[in-house]
Amino acid sequence: MSPAALADKQNAGAHGSVEFTKSNLIYFSSVSENTKRFVDKLEMEAARIPIFATEPQLISTVPYVLLIPTYGGERGKHSIVPQIMKFLRHDENRANLRGVIGAGNTNFGEYYCIAAKRIAQKCNVPVLYTFELMGTSEDVLNVKEGLETFWTPASQNRQER
Amino acid sequence: MTEKIQLTNKVEAINWNRIQDDKDVEVWNRLVNNFWLPEKVPLSNDIQSWATLTEDEKLLTMRVFTGLTLLDTLQGTVGAVSLIPDAITPHEEAVYTNIAFMESVHAKSYSSIFSTLASTKEIDEAFRWSTENVNLQKKAQIIESYYHGEDPLKRKIASTLLESFLFYSGFYLPMHWSSHAKLTNTADLIRLIIRDEAVHGYYIGYKFQKGLEGASEERKQELKDYTFELMFELYENEVQYTHDLYDPVGLSEDVKKFLHYNANKALMNLGYEAMFPATVTDVSPAILAALSPNADENHDFFSGSGSSYVIGKAVNTEDEDWDF
Repeated sequence: MSPAALADKQNAGAHGSVEFTKSNLIYFSSVSENTKRFVDKLEMEAARIPIFATEPQLISTVPYVLLIPTYGGERGKHSIVPQIMKFLRHDENRANLRGVIGAGNTNFGEYYCIAAKRIAQKCNVPVLYTFELMGTSEDVLNVKEGLETFWTPASQNRQER
Repeated sequence: MTEKIQLTNKVEAINWNRIQDDKDVEVWNRLVNNFWLPEKVPLSNDIQSWATLTEDEKLLTMRVFTGLTLLDTLQGTVGAVSLIPDAITPHEEAVYTNIAFMESVHAKSYSSIFSTLASTKEIDEAFRWSTENVNLQKKAQIIESYYHGEDPLKRKIASTLLESFLFYSGFYLPMHWSSHAKLTNTADLIRLIIRDEAVHGYYIGYKFQKGLEGASEERKQELKDYTFELMFELYENEVQYTHDLYDPVGLSEDVKKFLHYNANKALMNLGYEAMFPATVTDVSPAILAALSPNADENHDFFSGSGSSYVIGKAVNTEDEDWDF
């Protein structure tokens, strides 16, 4: 763990500003709320990664899927926002991560959903699905059904082989 | 033009050390980092490829790019500028000036393509065509009339539909050529424009939604109805325009799917649900691959029923702030 991440962790502990979550779905959405709208349409219990540093940090206690948008920096730089970085610096949040769903815009070309792809690669989990902006009704259905199947014991066992 | 474009009434010194909306800074930074000029793209490498196109294909290409030039000129000189007086924050004004300038860069880029590939006579003929084509003129007129209108939120709707919908009958063609390994450098330049338009559409759509906050239900309904009416009006005209251009090369049906696909995205930028069902947005995979190279890798794990489950090999990523 880097010194910065360590300091982060200690701060979180020292100030007690931590919130534990048992959600199987954790997402980030900026103030534009595109991703939040998609999550609302899923009608599933979900936890939101805080936007502001003053909010308590989110710690996952059970396996979960991460759903995040990509912000298109030049050549994919800074595509993962600091809030998501901060969230993933907690060991528990990386240990419990099972898969990533990406929101994006194909206008960004080869960097479409690059944040989700990079996190999946770094954390050794699959990209489960990608969709654009706030998602179409087909996307909502695919993700809803996909997640339900994903969390069945059979599916989970297959992944652990 | 006789009527004057409204200017902002009161100018205050902009203080970038006191930010009211973080999106302004975020988008400003993104636009600045994305800055580019057509001179950076080696368009002359397309000269040989241009020579392989038929006369019909050359004519189509010239016309498509002239149409795009008109839209970018409109957005640079009128559209983005007309949003400035309605800005809620001074930083929002600054972002619009950046958008306006980039639209002018886009408009100039097409001239770079023309001067690299075509003769003066061909260029002049294409520009003459653009002033005479009814559907092209109509689409510019529809949008321009709303820019001159009184309602700030309606201006944002018109602007978002232009940025996120009206360009795409034109953007289709360079993606089509690129998928056939033709005019690939031109396609690279167009991809830069497509990327910029995504940020513009996202930002103006976001500011529209901020403007809706606190509005009455009646007002919200009025603007929603207005959005869909304007979308239908523009869509009908786009279909005509598409047939005008693409019938001779037999591509109209696939272009229309691309229109539906992008109409949905334009509506989503404004915070509304997609309008066209998946059955009419199934653009040919070659076009999507040209638009977004490598994005067609199987990222629908759900429908793969888990049989092809492979975890990617961990590789060091280059992101400088990737740190854990």
